[in-house]
Amino acid sequence: MALPIWLFILASVIKSAIALGVLLTAVAYTVWLERKVVGHMQNRWGPTRVGPFGLLQPAADGLKFLFKEDLTPPHVYRPLFLAAPLIAVIFALTSIAVIPFGNPVVIGGYSIPLQVTTDVNTGLLLILGVTSIGVYGVALAGWSSNNKYSLLGGLRASAQMVSYEISLGLSLVGVLIMSGSFSLHAIVDSQAGHFWGFIPRWNIFTGQFIGFFCYLMAAYAETNRIPFDLPEAETELVAGYHTEYSAMKFAMFFMAEYANMITVACLATLLFFGGWRGPIFGPPILQAILPVFWFAVKVFAFLFLYIWVRGTLPRFRYDQLMAFGWKFLLPLSLANLIATAIAVAW
Amino acid sequence: MLSVHLILFLAFGAVCVAGAINLLAQTHPINSALSLIAVMAALAGEYLLLGAEFVAAVQVIVYAGAIMVLFVFVVMLLNAGVEEHTQGSRVAVLFGIPGLLLGSILLGWVVLRHSGTEPVAAGALPGDPRTIAQMLFHEFLLPFEITSVLILIAIMGAVVLASKPPSAPARKVE
Repeated sequence: MALPIWLFILASVIKSAIALGVLLTAVAYTVWLERKVVGHMQNRWGPTRVGPFGLLQPAADGLKFLFKEDLTPPHVYRPLFLAAPLIAVIFALTSIAVIPFGNPVVIGGYSIPLQVTTDVNTGLLLILGVTSIGVYGVALAGWSSNNKYSLLGGLRASAQMVSYEISLGLSLVGVLIMSGSFSLHAIVDSQAGHFWGFIPRWNIFTGQFIGFFCYLMAAYAETNRIPFDLPEAETELVAGYHTEYSAMKFAMFFMAEYANMITVACLATLLFFGGWRGPIFGPPILQAILPVFWFAVKVFAFLFLYIWVRGTLPRFRYDQLMAFGWKFLLPLSLANLIATAIAVAW
Repeated sequence: MLSVHLILFLAFGAVCVAGAINLLAQTHPINSALSLIAVMAALAGEYLLLGAEFVAAVQVIVYAGAIMVLFVFVVMLLNAGVEEHTQGSRVAVLFGIPGLLLGSILLGWVVLRHSGTEPVAAGALPGDPRTIAQMLFHEFLLPFEITSVLILIAIMGAVVLASKPPSAPARKVE
């Protein structure tokens, strides 16, 4: 049953507020998790002082960002200098709107989809579009800072993101061919069932392993994470595109990076790991919660992988990054696409 | 009574026209490029209102996300400076602008009155990916393939133009 318009607006506002709250909390605690995990990998403790296990550290950091002096250097191009962090963070937070967390819930006879928007049939394309606009935040920050390190960072970032976007898009086409839809709901539904009763029919087990590999590599590069964090390589570029930013403006870039990480992890979960599918059991209330729980577990596993890689690998050289993207990843994702198309057409 | 669709249509249209005028008025190339992005995004909004979700998404990904990034990239790389405002020619002010207005009114009138097209309700035309794929790969397969060959030729031309002439000795990289 469709909702009346005022209920629809109310539900949308509530869902947006919840999604935003959860996302921002997740961003804060991903930072905490990263500091903790990388700390333990390097035989340190990570944050321990604020709250038990340093759990209140994100709150302390947030307060610190708010109270730090907000410097605007005199030589910057002011309108774009102010707009760049906003662009970065707005588009990073927007892309979560299309991601479904579970099957629609039925409340009082009305079916409410468990995502901010309704299930649009071009959901995946919308996410790609929004993330492709996010490049401007980084590029404009680098340019408007009027500083050679920032400019180099911004240039590197835009070249890197444009190059890897192609591989990212192509690595997803394999999944699209197998599910036959752009709708994220339909993609998750196409991964239902099991092989021999126990191996789930997730896309990664049904022949999209290479696609997943390409997606993972391209996603690291798109989110500017180690080993592809050339745009902010501190040993050569001070801090790259956000050298001139301080206080909350710097925090916005930081938030955008982690929000992008979470979006990428959500997308990987939906496209390759069966989304919210997992063993469902127990009383009805548990059955309602478990899908969202499985979704969160999978996303968490990806974020852990991100941090793990960061703690393990060194940074690439810039020419290695470009050679890897154009000469290895692009042909590999093209080959995967052709192989998938032939296999499906067979 | 204004419908939500009409209000949104007018809003996106206003953004579109304002962006286009701003594109011309700005002296700095990067501001002009950003105005063009705003125009593209507003156009995507108009497509979405028509129910053409796929076209809207592609508009954002291809134009706003890819082509304009390259524009901005080039502006940044060349570090193009501020351009000077000229006073404009008197002919343009006296004849050009009124002529343009008259011409567009005339064109609008002709299109609305004499082309025989009916106004279409929002979302009445098929715009979902499946229908578009059906059209591209069945009905218009030949034009589609010819276009792809055309793009391939353009790519090869770019490679030839960008490659070093064979006679020049390779520079030593330090």
